[in-house]
Amino acid sequence: MSRRYAYYPGCSGQGTSREYDSSTRAMCQELGFELIDIPDWNCCGSTPAHAVDHLLSASLVARNLAIAEDMDVEGIVTPCPSCLKNLKTSQHRMLRPEFHQEVQRVLGRAVRADLPIKSVLQVLVEDRGIGWIAQQATAPLTGLKVVPYYGCIMNRPPDVMRFDDPENPMALDNLLTAIGAEVLPFALKTDCCGASLGTTRRDVVARLSGRVLDAAAAAGADAIVTACPLCQMNLDMRQAQINKANGSSHRLPVFYYSQLIMLATGQQGERVGLDKLCVSPFSLLESLGPQAGEVRS
Amino acid sequence: MPATTLTNSYDAAFVAEVRRESEQNLALCYQCGNCTAGCPVSFAYDFPVNQIMYLVQTGRKMEALTSHAIWLCASCETCTTRCPNDIDVARVMDVLRHMARRENLVAEHSIHAFWNSFLSSVERYGRVFELGLMASYIGKTGRVLTDADLAPVALRKGKLTFKPHDIHGVAEVRDIFKRYREHRS
Amino acid sequence: MNIGVFVCHCGSNIAGTVDTVAVAKAALAYPEVVFATDTMYACSEPGQAGIIEAVQKYELDGVVVASCTPRMHEATFRRTVERAGLNRYMFEMANIREHVSWIGKDKDANTNKAAELVHIAVEKLRRNTELTAGEFTINKRVMVIGGGVAGIQAALDCADGGLEVVLVEREPSIGGKMSKLDKTFPTVDCSSCILGPRMVDIAQNPNITLYTLSEVESVDGFVGNFDVKVRRKAAYVDWTLCTGCGECAAKCPSKKTPDRFNEFIGKTTAINIPFPQAIPKKASINAAACLMLTKGKCGACVKACPAGAIQFKQEDEIVTEQVGAVIVATGYDLFDFTQYGEYGGGRYPDVITSMQYERLLSASGPTEGHIKRPSDGKEPKDIVFIQCVGSRDKSIGRPYCSGFCCMYTAKQTILTKDHLPESQSYVFYMDIRSPGKGYDEFIRRAMEEYGARYIRGRVSAIQPKNGRYLIKGVNTLMGDQVEIEADLVVLAVGAEAAKGAPQLAEKLRISYDTYGFYMEGHPKLKPVETNTAGIYLAGSCQGPKDIPSSVAQGGAAASKVLGLFSKDKLASDPQVSSVSLQRCIGCAKCQSVCPFGAIEMTQFRGMTKASVIATVCQGCGNCTSACPQGAIQLSHFTDNQILAEVHALCPY
Repeated sequence: MSRRYAYYPGCSGQGTSREYDSSTRAMCQELGFELIDIPDWNCCGSTPAHAVDHLLSASLVARNLAIAEDMDVEGIVTPCPSCLKNLKTSQHRMLRPEFHQEVQRVLGRAVRADLPIKSVLQVLVEDRGIGWIAQQATAPLTGLKVVPYYGCIMNRPPDVMRFDDPENPMALDNLLTAIGAEVLPFALKTDCCGASLGTTRRDVVARLSGRVLDAAAAAGADAIVTACPLCQMNLDMRQAQINKANGSSHRLPVFYYSQLIMLATGQQGERVGLDKLCVSPFSLLESLGPQAGEVRS
Repeated sequence: MPATTLTNSYDAAFVAEVRRESEQNLALCYQCGNCTAGCPVSFAYDFPVNQIMYLVQTGRKMEALTSHAIWLCASCETCTTRCPNDIDVARVMDVLRHMARRENLVAEHSIHAFWNSFLSSVERYGRVFELGLMASYIGKTGRVLTDADLAPVALRKGKLTFKPHDIHGVAEVRDIFKRYREHRS
Repeated sequence: MNIGVFVCHCGSNIAGTVDTVAVAKAALAYPEVVFATDTMYACSEPGQAGIIEAVQKYELDGVVVASCTPRMHEATFRRTVERAGLNRYMFEMANIREHVSWIGKDKDANTNKAAELVHIAVEKLRRNTELTAGEFTINKRVMVIGGGVAGIQAALDCADGGLEVVLVEREPSIGGKMSKLDKTFPTVDCSSCILGPRMVDIAQNPNITLYTLSEVESVDGFVGNFDVKVRRKAAYVDWTLCTGCGECAAKCPSKKTPDRFNEFIGKTTAINIPFPQAIPKKASINAAACLMLTKGKCGACVKACPAGAIQFKQEDEIVTEQVGAVIVATGYDLFDFTQYGEYGGGRYPDVITSMQYERLLSASGPTEGHIKRPSDGKEPKDIVFIQCVGSRDKSIGRPYCSGFCCMYTAKQTILTKDHLPESQSYVFYMDIRSPGKGYDEFIRRAMEEYGARYIRGRVSAIQPKNGRYLIKGVNTLMGDQVEIEADLVVLAVGAEAAKGAPQLAEKLRISYDTYGFYMEGHPKLKPVETNTAGIYLAGSCQGPKDIPSSVAQGGAAASKVLGLFSKDKLASDPQVSSVSLQRCIGCAKCQSVCPFGAIEMTQFRGMTKASVIATVCQGCGNCTSACPQGAIQLSHFTDNQILAEVHALCPY
């Protein structure tokens, strides 16, 4: 049975994480989720908005919530944890009636702020179940050694996010195991990569993201798997920057989990967007043999 | 280190304001240090986060608001998740930045400039336009080499566009900014 | 009736915000009041003498004292009026301190309220009748629930005082947490060497009946006459035959049974004697692990047992014991640290609890006293101790300090250095709590003589690294983050209420706090009593305690029982309910609301009627409010008395 959700792509999905957006849409289509874009959605304001004013942040979020409330959907989903945290935190703060009123004044329209808001990962795991997804994996990624990297805010703060364990989340671990990958224990799975300081404090990012790359390599991983466009950009696009700053020489492909699910269900092509990754995964995937599909660049 | 005169260092209005805006009671903090223990950016801070909390607890407004730490906080929520007294530490850090900004006590200009550029981009187009954002940021800070090495890669991969992603309802977004400014003035 | 009213100043406690002279003057206008005065301290010797003098001079039949709460001085003034020749129930108290002077500053309003409270007391007193206490005999046997060090002390002291004692213990052996410890602070003497002889005394004392592997099933009755049902769980071994030789365990093929006594470090056999000094030294079978009991085939122990003691068909048995008092000494349990994901949530074999570490240190433990890592059996070199794991953490519902962890951690660092001179201990702490005699000196020794490195701060993550563990944390004194590579991490897990503590409290009808610890009668003045007569507390069931405090409480509870049993009969409280047979319609509502089982339904001339067992009734009044006919009345608190009080306050 198809599930209907309002889809909030987030700004990065149109730019630096196009392949996350396209592979997520494709994956959802394959797995029976109907994603309907929130019409004319606007930016949630991300870290700059909440760092400047919680009212501004919540009002930017609220416009999207209000539009989604007119749609016939079960709830709102987004692939981006940063958008998710902003959406959910603003909704949570609007539980206080005075703040809710203030937001409606600034927004200039009524908003109920009561639709369930979840990550695409969460609905995948909760609505479909790991066992079912395992059955769809017709081309399992046997032999692919990965570490799952959730980033810091997919599950935090737990009172707001209400998904998985905030210290040792397992959703990605279980999902990747289900599609045949070998998931290595990864102690840094929820550590921060420094995304919000990406442009402004490269030194901080080089240190934090560098630590994640070092730990993944030390664990013996062939690749890192993320569910966050900001983490992915830091680890992938900035990998060369980080190598330079730290004197390291990592060449670790950094996948979106949605790309790997596509591969494991036998899907390829433009929607998967493997060619968009800065650190090329093709030689790694070819080394896995025929099970991983006839993947070509 | 100069001595602090405790007789008059406690700014009660500041403590009350942080409490009101953050909805967090810093009197609950017993300085265990859990927040600092797990803070990923602590190495770059001038005051570790438990000391920022201490400055708020003890009403030392200027030291708190002029610190670099409040700007470097990555909002990763680890402190909030781990606080044994259920204090939303990350929210307090957010509120301190709000206050520092209002009082023109910004210690990290480039971060501040980046956020302003980001929000200008949202106000102008409804969504973030990366190239415009970078141009604006470089204009504000003079840091012409910011991520210059990334641009060619991003362009080649089709991840940067020269056209902003403006939305039909951009006027609504601008109205949000307008009413927000009226509300706050 | 001639009533006298005495309005107490309580120094400035009452007189500061109540015009006591005006209250006394107002009292003179109330019906039947023939005398009223204010007095500086009614409870003082001259104050009481003044009451006695007035009773005699004005031929008073009843006395009202307006002062503090009856909890404080009702008993005092009842004795005063008794000395003056009146029945002790011809006395009423108006609480104008806790209910008036301490809670309001408006003197006029306070004075008015005080006068009204006096009026209420007068109206009730006018309807009081003389009551006389009855007497009942008591059973001078005592039950001690829990065979840890507190229960052992209580049982031995009672037995030495000549009482028959029934000691009930949930585990197969007595000894409690103390029997698992290697050494004790601050003297570093061997725990089982000092506890062992006491355990043997329990076994050998003819006054003590010991039920281990047993739990309290139900409690009926009241002080002096409790009926306690005890479930003796099946050991699958006839303990009258078992000699404790251990042949059965040696032959048991189920060698991978989780070892409860050793805190699940290492394995044991399905049939076992938990530790060499166990009392009683009898074998019992873990039914979940036994091949015979789970799969129906094996019987190796039957062949091995020279005494023929194995009984696979043994079942639980219920025994009833009659006792006059109960001492509850059920101890505590350890906090389950796995809810802390940052410490690995139980995923890392070398991140262990402090009690597991005690078992590694103990010569009778799974490693025979050699400190070895559970993962690979190697000796650790760097050991990190983390304090306050499950203590002082409001976010997980454990805001209290467990009190003894600072001390046992210091002890463990000292023992670690003794066992492994090349090792280095690190202790992450928030604050050091060491207020006992010789305690702080002991902590200092750990640092000064044994070189334990104390870091004021918390740990944020434990991460496996090249076969060791990377511990990341903070040093709050320097404000910097720190990292240590260690071989073993010991978590100072806090204390929480024993599993099942609230359920037992409900059987015993005693109160417990939010965390499941039992409530003492008064936090200062009744530390081992409960609010249920005849039930006493000892040790950590009331709140976390170290060994000396637990022993002291065990002794104190025993002395309370010996004091109670020094009388042959106890006075029964005459403030009990009684039934008017004419009005009772036999609906049994009273029986259904009585929490003490004090009401039975009887037949009277072919009709069902309620009847109160006066010795069981505790005078709570539930029945009187439930009775639709007003047929059941509580002496000293009759409907008429209460309505008179209400009417005094709301005359219109």
